[in-house]
Amino acid sequence: MTLDASSLQMVKPERRLKRSDRSLAASVGLHAGLIIASLIAVFPVFWVLVTSFKPDARAVETSPKLFNESSLDNYSRILGGEKGAFLTWFGNSVLIALLTTVIAVFLSATTGYAASRFRFPGKRSLMMSFLVVQMFPFAVLIVPLYNILIALGLQGTSLGLVLVYCTTAVPFCTYMLKGYFDTIPTDIDEAGRVDGLSPFGVFWRLVMPLAKPGLAVTSFYAFLTAWGEVAFASAFLSAADDSKTLAVGLQVFVQQNRTEWGHLAAASILVAIPAVIVFYLVQRFLVTGLSSGAVKG
Amino acid sequence: MRRFLERHWYAYAMVLPVVVVIAVLVLYPLAQGVFFTFTNINEANIANPVLDRPATYSGVGFKNYLNVLSGDTSYGAFWGTLVRTLIWTFACVFLHYVIGLGLALLLNREVRGRTLYRVLLILPWAVPAFISAFAWKYMFNAQYGIINQLLRAVGLPDPVWLGQSDWALFAVIVVNVWLGVPFMMVALLGGLQSIPGDLYEAAEMDGATPWQRFRNVTLPGLRSVSSTVILLGIIWTFNMFPVIYLIAGPNPNTRILVTYAFERFFSGASRDYAVASTYGVLILSVLLVFATVYRRALRKQGEVW
Repeated sequence: MTLDASSLQMVKPERRLKRSDRSLAASVGLHAGLIIASLIAVFPVFWVLVTSFKPDARAVETSPKLFNESSLDNYSRILGGEKGAFLTWFGNSVLIALLTTVIAVFLSATTGYAASRFRFPGKRSLMMSFLVVQMFPFAVLIVPLYNILIALGLQGTSLGLVLVYCTTAVPFCTYMLKGYFDTIPTDIDEAGRVDGLSPFGVFWRLVMPLAKPGLAVTSFYAFLTAWGEVAFASAFLSAADDSKTLAVGLQVFVQQNRTEWGHLAAASILVAIPAVIVFYLVQRFLVTGLSSGAVKG
Repeated sequence: MRRFLERHWYAYAMVLPVVVVIAVLVLYPLAQGVFFTFTNINEANIANPVLDRPATYSGVGFKNYLNVLSGDTSYGAFWGTLVRTLIWTFACVFLHYVIGLGLALLLNREVRGRTLYRVLLILPWAVPAFISAFAWKYMFNAQYGIINQLLRAVGLPDPVWLGQSDWALFAVIVVNVWLGVPFMMVALLGGLQSIPGDLYEAAEMDGATPWQRFRNVTLPGLRSVSSTVILLGIIWTFNMFPVIYLIAGPNPNTRILVTYAFERFFSGASRDYAVASTYGVLILSVLLVFATVYRRALRKQGEVW
């Protein structure tokens, strides 16, 4: 929780082991380890991609083949709306995930900044409550939440779901951003105050631009929280087909005894693409952004 | 009071929105959830604003807790489920940490293609969990799953992974480890990069072996980040619902406390909200006790955190 010299050095990681210092055997071992781990990490996704081109009947054959009557038919049927209102679900998911990201990141940034810079009564219990909030199984909050959303007139709306997602995303994002703000020298704030900026002005004009890596990582986290969530979405969105998110809509491919694996795989790839794009945009910030938050937790 | 507000008003203004949202959407539901554990509330007697039906449930005192804690199988065999939850949690978090640390150590070296390796290794985190769950369910299928096809090809036995046996628990642990390693790896990689390089140089000058450098420089340097991510990892894994539920369904062999609460909540004609909430409160209690002990143990070892 304290700022020390080591955290400032994170910006320029030390190059301590030169490639030339290493024996050939060690290099081979290093690459072998990384290649095996990468294959394990990537294979399930690769296999879904391969399956997504196969017809449902070919996807369940008992001898593995990379290509088996492969075509783009699954994709064209899904995008053409033959398997439910896929594009509508997609739009709903994008809207909900983006709203969650914007609201959650903004709320966690202000809270994280206040917790990082100001001493105020109740700060400690606030940070503690964020930890405790993560412990409660949200499964059990569904009935009370349902009642509250009805009382607020938000039941069945996207905004209601966005607020619920924020309660999951904000505590962790606040922790990460507080840690990140801790690594930004307070001299900057003081200089800004001297130049006549209000505390909010300092936060918005000086500190936020410097915190981009931390903001990128929290956005990624908030986006994924909303993009991949199943339980709340099935409970809180109205049953009408055109208000579903992807996570709920995709259940149509998994019926009682028969799963349409080919179509499910194709839909999965389409769902994964936006997440992977967001991931690719933020990945270069990921290590610095996450670590300072977690290190200084 | 005036001066107090003058000094702190902007701090409070900045945290107020979060406090309001959390209070309305977490603390109040939590209080209501705790209240439900002392009633016999279920789908049949809950107030239904849509049908304009008033609530008719009544208080039952500690009956729900007694039923659950008796370990009766019709109430989810609490103690057996708790043991399974602990096995699941510790197996997952241990493997997350060890594998994550191993990969972080490899990635922290100067190695050709490091960026590419990092992108590939973080990929499981970027894919939405329900998609990964479908993918693994497909791969674990006993007949046409790729895993059993490979096992058959090399002449090994091909178990029914997701059937009524402990293989199902093994399978969901494998999936969750696959899902959770990237987070640990990235957090630990950041921790490794924050260890000053001159510490290693000094250790090397003193003639420390690589193992000694790892024991006496790397591990202490990672203590702070490790204690945070392990605590978070345990809390998250303890409550990890989607992986188990989407892959194994309501299978008693993979039942942990959270999935049982969900089963109780969603399945059956008479959705038993009271018992589901009782499970929720028990889960929260276990985690609170754990977090308190964990923090105290850390503080004893001189951790400021």
